[in-house]
Amino acid sequence: MSKKELLRVEDLKLYFPIKGGFLGRTVNHVKAVDGISFSVFEGETVSLVGESGCGKSTAGRAILRLEKPTGGEVYYEDLNMNSLNKQELRTLRKDLQIIFQDPFASINPRQTVVQVLEEALLIQNIVPRRQRRERALELLDTVGLKEHQADRYPHEFSGGQRQRIGIARALSLNPKLIVCDEAVSALDVSIRAQILNLLKRLQKEFQLTYLFISHDLGVVRHISDRVIVMYLGRIMEVADKKSLFEKSRHPYTRALLSAIPVLKPSQKRERIVLTGDVPSSINPPVGCRFHTRCSYVQDLCRAEEPELRLTGDMKEGHVAACHYFEELYGDKVG
Amino acid sequence: MSSVEPILQIKDLRTSFFTDAGEVKAVDGVTLDVPKGGTLGVVGESGCGKSVMALSILQLLDQPGKIVGGEIIFNHEDLLQKSEKEMRYIRGNNISMIFQEPMTSLNPVYTIGEQISESYRIHQNMGKKEAYKKSLEMLKLVGIASPEKRLHQYPYELSGGMRQRVMIAMALACRPDLLIADEPTTALDVTVQAQILELIRELQAKLGMSVITITHDLGIVAETCCRVAVMYCGIIVEEADTEELFENPKHPYTAGLFNSLPRHDLEKEELEAIDGSVPSLADMPPGCRFSPRCRYAEEICLQQNPELTPLGPGRMVRCWIYSDGWKGTKEVAHYV
Repeated sequence: MSKKELLRVEDLKLYFPIKGGFLGRTVNHVKAVDGISFSVFEGETVSLVGESGCGKSTAGRAILRLEKPTGGEVYYEDLNMNSLNKQELRTLRKDLQIIFQDPFASINPRQTVVQVLEEALLIQNIVPRRQRRERALELLDTVGLKEHQADRYPHEFSGGQRQRIGIARALSLNPKLIVCDEAVSALDVSIRAQILNLLKRLQKEFQLTYLFISHDLGVVRHISDRVIVMYLGRIMEVADKKSLFEKSRHPYTRALLSAIPVLKPSQKRERIVLTGDVPSSINPPVGCRFHTRCSYVQDLCRAEEPELRLTGDMKEGHVAACHYFEELYGDKVG
Repeated sequence: MSSVEPILQIKDLRTSFFTDAGEVKAVDGVTLDVPKGGTLGVVGESGCGKSVMALSILQLLDQPGKIVGGEIIFNHEDLLQKSEKEMRYIRGNNISMIFQEPMTSLNPVYTIGEQISESYRIHQNMGKKEAYKKSLEMLKLVGIASPEKRLHQYPYELSGGMRQRVMIAMALACRPDLLIADEPTTALDVTVQAQILELIRELQAKLGMSVITITHDLGIVAETCCRVAVMYCGIIVEEADTEELFENPKHPYTAGLFNSLPRHDLEKEELEAIDGSVPSLADMPPGCRFSPRCRYAEEICLQQNPELTPLGPGRMVRCWIYSDGWKGTKEVAHYV
């Protein structure tokens, strides 16, 4: 690929300690993210998908250093983020922004919209004080809010409008990479479409790179260039959108895809219904993490964890972690 | 569908909330039939009044909500004329409900067994032992693994999907004729959602009950419902058999909902969003409630609210486009 690598994640791990026992010692760990590696190229949208508890949000937070990773490295433009001190990290944060799921919880209710936007400019000190309001108004215009709304408080806005404020805030520092953590999940369909269109337009206008975290495969299919499927803190499959949705090589991805309700009531189709629930990430299953719910499970799956790998007929950049995908999906297409 | 006798008829139901800011009409004249043995879907975005409508059926509204008019006919009797005591008998025995968030609807300090058997003991005067035995059967029916163990566990020990199964077990304990499922899978992951929808469908066939599914997800409607009503701002804007509605949505709002969905089979660079946002219930536009967001709106739409009128057999639409005096286009664009 000729594209420039913007972000590289190498064997990223984030464990949350579980305190317990007599002296409040750490008795165990929730292995939220357990060794994931991937790259994000400039200008693309990469999605992290998976069910709740698969570690997708935690991965996003660990990449931005909102949580300190337990292990592994994150390189931003070949700069190891682990080696940075607090000050350097803060400067770097200009380039890396995040949009959260819940626009009700992520905006300070006691600040007006302009104050919310000016705060970021103030902290990073990139716009002289006199011009800050002007810049804030410009941002509001960019995300489709009106000037007369600038001095209102968050509670005066609807969910969709609040999400626009969140986007404006993320944009205020001219970032290069924005992590969208379930950014449209809390919105109604008609509003969700507005916000998705806005995100796409902004990406073109400002050459943004998105790391899009979502559980909604419909939305993911619409917005992404590449998709990473996570399960219990590990990556199951990485592929460009077309390969993933049409020629997935992992039983888990296939089950996820088949679980999406289709809009054709007349068309009844075979559905892979997974049995059981996602196992606990405190003691993830030995071997392939998906083996407890996989209908093709073999002895090898219980013993040995599969690596992400590529085979001949797969497109470049499409990797899956399954021992048997050749046998399962070898020459089948679709 | 119209030939089947309805199990529940809602006639011109009006539910309002009396707040400091005045009366807020959350449900403003809804008329609906629930087909016997079938599934009626009620779709709409947040704030359209679909949940309030469901709560009104069972009269579970909290202050300051109040049913101000209409009739709810169940088994030839108007539920709104019943006393609280009679209603309490009907809830659980005849009509049951499951909610979106199973954790908040289960009592955290009682075991699963105690909670399921409570409904047997209250509604069917069973003894403790018998109720437990029945509860165990119910847990098996809803497909919970090792039910003997689960019976003595507390809600926090179960996963989200299992909690929803317990809720379903509770709701179906007394074999109700009608189940109201209010966003039953919204809090669940897709793979678990598929399990729960499958379970409801299976049990419906097995027990022969009717279901009202309230949801914001058109995909769920397509998979589970035979008939569907689309709500917007407290009123029904369109009602049809599911297949017809999905093939040919007539109301601009319904069409807009379809168009704003990311589609698997169509590669679209930009989604067709519906402009603007849902108006506040306290401040409704004077004409058609959808008119400020409607791209087909003409003069008349801004002035007068259209009636829900029949359009072909079994089909109702509330839109001026299909009236005789309409000059503009009669085609509502949609991708299906």
